Amino acid sequence: MGYSGFTRSSEHLSFREMVFQAALKAYDDTGDLDPRREVDAFISCQEDFWEGVSISDEFAPDQLGGVLKPVYTITGDGLHCMANAYMMIKSGVADVVVIESHGKPSEIASMRDILLFTLDPIYVRPLKIPNPHAIQALEARMFMEARRISREDLGIYVVQTKNNGLLSSRAPYSYRLSLEDYMVSEYVAEPLTLFDIAGYSDAAIVAILAGEDTARKIAKEPVWIDGVGWATEISTIELRSMDEDVSTKIASEMSYKQAGIDNPARSIDAVEVDERYSYKALQAIEALGLVRKDELALELRSGGLSRSGSTPVNPGGGALSEGLPLEAHGLARLLSAYEQLRGRAGRAQLGDVERIAIHSWRGLGTSSSVVAIVSR
Amino acid sequence: MKTNIYVKSRVAIVGAGMTLFRRRMLETPQELAWIAARRALDQAGLELRDIDCVVSGSAPDAFDGVHLKGEYYSEGAGAIRKPHVRVFVGGGTGVFVPIAAWWHVASGLCRRVLVVAEEKMSSAADPHPQAVFRHIWDPFTEKPLNPNLIWIFALEMHRYMHKCSVSKEDIALVAVKNKRNALDNPYAQAAANITVEDVLKSELLVYPVNRLDISPVSDGAAALVMVSEEWARRLTDTPVWVDGIGYTLDTSYWTNRELSFPVYLKNASEMAYRMAGIDRPAKEIDVAEPYDPFDYKELHHLEGLGLVPRCKAAEMTREGVTQRDGDLPICPSGGLLGVGNPIAAAGLMKVAEIFWQLRGEAGRRQVKKSVTTGLAQAWGDLMQVGTVVILRR
Repeated sequence: MGYSGFTRSSEHLSFREMVFQAALKAYDDTGDLDPRREVDAFISCQEDFWEGVSISDEFAPDQLGGVLKPVYTITGDGLHCMANAYMMIKSGVADVVVIESHGKPSEIASMRDILLFTLDPIYVRPLKIPNPHAIQALEARMFMEARRISREDLGIYVVQTKNNGLLSSRAPYSYRLSLEDYMVSEYVAEPLTLFDIAGYSDAAIVAILAGEDTARKIAKEPVWIDGVGWATEISTIELRSMDEDVSTKIASEMSYKQAGIDNPARSIDAVEVDERYSYKALQAIEALGLVRKDELALELRSGGLSRSGSTPVNPGGGALSEGLPLEAHGLARLLSAYEQLRGRAGRAQLGDVERIAIHSWRGLGTSSSVVAIVSR
Repeated sequence: MKTNIYVKSRVAIVGAGMTLFRRRMLETPQELAWIAARRALDQAGLELRDIDCVVSGSAPDAFDGVHLKGEYYSEGAGAIRKPHVRVFVGGGTGVFVPIAAWWHVASGLCRRVLVVAEEKMSSAADPHPQAVFRHIWDPFTEKPLNPNLIWIFALEMHRYMHKCSVSKEDIALVAVKNKRNALDNPYAQAAANITVEDVLKSELLVYPVNRLDISPVSDGAAALVMVSEEWARRLTDTPVWVDGIGYTLDTSYWTNRELSFPVYLKNASEMAYRMAGIDRPAKEIDVAEPYDPFDYKELHHLEGLGLVPRCKAAEMTREGVTQRDGDLPICPSGGLLGVGNPIAAAGLMKVAEIFWQLRGEAGRRQVKKSVTTGLAQAWGDLMQVGTVVILRR
């Protein structure tokens, strides 16, 4: 894998230059992979409105070395790219697949308008919701009420994950935060404060996936994909379950089945979850089957989800520390897991990790998630 | 490119459906997607609960005016509590959706997949949906010139005419043929009995492109049901197999390319032919639906696909070989020029047409010769993408 960025702005680089940097590092990571000869297909995960370009697929091939080769785009999170690369390799139609995702939110001048454009144009958008985060705040409140999670509990998680971020070199939003400071911060939309909502960062991430035989040849320490699942709950907001993260639940069941996991709490050593909202990370941990519904608050208070707990969550910080590089967020989770499993996570390295579950969600107003199980 | 031709699993299409292709449909994008999906499920004899995974496609979000369009319409595409992914290769998307669905099934992760493509262009941008194409350019080197999509296709058409000594009259024959074929298509938007003279005399947009050289603005959706071999045998006596898939993307720097021949399509089709075990495509393909948003593109693509020697497509069209009763029927559906062009849905409509042709279900559109192998193809981005599927009875 290779990456570029994780900075709040990157005006000295175009997105293509960022992807090029990440791709060079990824090719170098395997030794010396030649994308022109040794890669069968390339996938880019991106969305038009984030790019500010219609048909953004047009600009996918050159910086990866994919010109005149099989290249396509998925309008999804980077982990959707991973799922498709996995299927291509399993089906036998390709042996080495390169996946890429990038985000350059620092160049988006009208973020609020774009977020509002996510909403159903006929039934929801006319409500002219002044602050798009209000939709997720509604969900947060229903979830917290149903699980008896207080704002202090949420604060414990935020303080913990921001501190984890201090151990990472990719975390422009990490800082030492106290629970007192968290408790007195102003609401963006109750119960969410600025500390509960990830800021934005620019990044590009490239990963190389290969079939087993080739992987053993081109990489010294490959990280294995044991299973991958993805799901959408329902696009109509008012029909969606707000307390439970159903799409993550379905996606995790799909991935556990492939990985042969019956008891996730025992089989999974750590998790990398989507954390673009603090409560969303907790919802995901529950949906992944790692903590029981009624024990979530207890687990938080007892430190079970901390770096030294039984299920370390985002041990090097998540989106609340790294910032949100839009569709690259899922690959950022994969990157952290990849480093952990290869013992290259630096100060964020955990003691003994064999198997990590990674998760991403598609963000505000959506109900789509991807879960993958990776191991060494 | 080393494509493994020894893939173990076979994948079949067992149902297809589509909506009317029209300008200013009253249905929402979700409703259009569901109408097509329901019809495909009906033909396959399945219900939504039988579907394991959904693969969908749609061209720029700006047409429907929704960010994360795939999330928005997913409910209409049947993706409720199911794995769903939306793929996107510009105009090539329609034929790419079944390509992505192929590995959903062939990988063993899904057994029964609903394949949906939807597009609602007519409510986009004022005064004309073409305005969406103002934002498809390189933001630094091209956008400041404010180009229009038809300009660059006019460049390509002109280059092709020059390199291959093809006349406007020859190219117009394609529009005449496809619009006439569409008279037999109940879903068609732009079916007509016209003459070469009508095309030449229609409004000049950008030389050498006249209005009747181009497909219209449309709304619509199309859908397929694709299943594993085991399920295909269980569901139908007449499955249609997806035996070859291929796609490639050329450089973003289209200005540096020779536009008279689509190399990306040559590569894509060679990938598909290799997978399907086809050595001599001109002899082995019985019927084809190449992408025809402009009439010259049908000729251009026939050459890129290797179905015709380079620069010979016009001659072949003149001789009537590509007519529905000819030796190599091309666009028997009526194509984009006749049926309409709701971008992603139009590409998938082409796959559906080949499916119906191979099953002998095309009604008055059924080609005269007996057909066992067919091909559908789409094209898109900045004259950059080729997507190809090969179907067999």
